[in-house]
Amino acid sequence: MSETFDIAETLDVKGESCPMPVVKTKSAIDEVAEGGVLEVLSTDSGSMSDIDGWAEGTDGVELLEQVEDGDVYKHYVEKTN
Amino acid sequence: MSTDTPSAGDDETMTEAQLQARIEELEASVAELEADDDQEKMTIVATQGSFDMAYPPLILASTAAAFGWDVVVFHTFWGLDILHEEKSENLQLSAVGNPNMPMPNSLAALPGMDRMATWMMEKRIDDNGTASIGELIELSLDQGVELQACQMTIELMEYDEDDFYDDVTVGVGAATALQHMAESDIQLLV
Repeated sequence: MSETFDIAETLDVKGESCPMPVVKTKSAIDEVAEGGVLEVLSTDSGSMSDIDGWAEGTDGVELLEQVEDGDVYKHYVEKTN
Repeated sequence: MSTDTPSAGDDETMTEAQLQARIEELEASVAELEADDDQEKMTIVATQGSFDMAYPPLILASTAAAFGWDVVVFHTFWGLDILHEEKSENLQLSAVGNPNMPMPNSLAALPGMDRMATWMMEKRIDDNGTASIGELIELSLDQGVELQACQMTIELMEYDEDDFYDDVTVGVGAATALQHMAESDIQLLV
């Protein structure tokens, strides 16, 4: 679960829709140091598939977990290099 | 091929060192080709300037840039209005001939209907938390997307180069677009 991650940064994109969750996640992860975990909070249900697809196709990031918590979709992305 | 490539008859006389050198040469060129192919490239040609048609190229371009792709959007004809600072704020949705509009064409053709349809769509977009066209342009440019304005269309429409958003690339034509398309993994016409 989320509490096991040492979160370096939290990005709140609640209320924003495609393409913002992915684009802002990319900008935010660029600022995280290697090994750091970025938490992304979104209300866009499409972000579950989109952030998964983005992480899959992007070097240097790894999607650790996605959690649906009420209306909020939480994503945990690690910067691997 | 260089002219000093050994002929078939000489192959047998190639020394081990020569073969080794040849292998290294080939390995280097393979590595070079692989490195070239490392970054995905996408070219979008944006030809439409209605409010609804401005969104798909900008959303795809900014998302592709988030993947780290090299992205060019070539704006031509009505698509040029998307990059025009003033006109981009005032793109219209057409109510006529749009089967998704909840009204018959006879009503849709009345004065002010395009403006009303646009206003309704803008409100929906705002309520949904979807970015405005101006925001998506700034976002795309920030992400490193190259937004190109077709020079021929600029002249055809009698626009000035200063009419466009800062960092929009001007002074380019079909050959520049084709060059990027030829190197692209994905090419889209919108």
